[in-house]
Amino acid sequence: MSTPAEDVKPLAKKKKKVPFNYSPYVRGGKLPHIWCPGCGHGIVLKCLLRALHTTEISKDDIAMVSGIGCSSRTPGYVDFNTLHTLHGRALAYATGLKMAKPKLKVIVTTGDGDALAIGGNHFIHACRRNLDMTILVYNNSIYGMTSGQSSPTTPQGKISTTGRYGNIEPTFDTCSLAQAAGATFVARGTAYHFQELEKVIFEAMMHKGTSVVDVIDACPTYYGRFNKYKTPTEMMEKIEKEGTVSVKQADKLLPEELQGKLLRGVLYKSDRPEYCEEYNKLVIAVQAK
Amino acid sequence: MAVAEKRIFRIEIDDRLCKGCNLCVDFCPTNVLTMDGNLVVVKDLDACNGCQLCDNRCPDFAIQVFEE
Repeated sequence: MSTPAEDVKPLAKKKKKVPFNYSPYVRGGKLPHIWCPGCGHGIVLKCLLRALHTTEISKDDIAMVSGIGCSSRTPGYVDFNTLHTLHGRALAYATGLKMAKPKLKVIVTTGDGDALAIGGNHFIHACRRNLDMTILVYNNSIYGMTSGQSSPTTPQGKISTTGRYGNIEPTFDTCSLAQAAGATFVARGTAYHFQELEKVIFEAMMHKGTSVVDVIDACPTYYGRFNKYKTPTEMMEKIEKEGTVSVKQADKLLPEELQGKLLRGVLYKSDRPEYCEEYNKLVIAVQAK
Repeated sequence: MAVAEKRIFRIEIDDRLCKGCNLCVDFCPTNVLTMDGNLVVVKDLDACNGCQLCDNRCPDFAIQVFEE
């Protein structure tokens, strides 16, 4: 007969929860960042850093390129090789960088206005060439840095500085545009669904070819204030949680229920020759002549 | 014989980084946090279940939850 003391099974030692240590990836002394209270960009940056940590790529092998805008301040805070360039031209610089140093993992952080309006041409041609880089579009539906003008992703009827009575222009769907232009990995995430976003960014980083991730986040200062969202929390719940449906859920829903909602998750993936490799093949073929 | 163990957490808030956006207070499922003026403070540490939602939804790198 066993004594009561022997009946007690030792508790399985649970692994202690340790928060992610961001300090190796963030430039010391650069924080606090310039983003407004409640801005989703900080959440996206944290997801990006966690995804980069999972990839186990050395910090020296990562290059982050950006244009101008709120989202494009990201490279200033991270401790990689970084390049802060002209408005809309981040992809042009990134193309040059990747061609000169094909071993670098190039990440472009850009906003909806930077990528789709001012750099729209660079965006479609970068997708067409299928250069191995990750394009992260921080899509907050407005030009935040220059006080809230309509961007190509401002929904119809929503108010902005340049659309005081409601925006009448139809919007760009970043993911459809990227897919049509030839990107080989297209995905969407939101700052609200941070675990999904981290996974999607990781997959985008691992993909060989142009990968585009459209990240829906909130601009409480301009978009929120103009459109009567009272708090950043309300914005996250109404736009990011209620306004999107994951690809898996979408199969079970009726077309009427999907009306006006954006799909999240990996939307398109294909395999096509990568530009740097094709270029190298051409160089070797021409030199052999 | 059942044995239960209380897990204890420590919440670190960096006042220098916190911008008082209220996201962590709103998303905390057990109402651990509250606003004191423009800063977040811990109201009820015993209720914390270590879910890390405050950390993951904080845009400002200001809050982290450690398990003791």
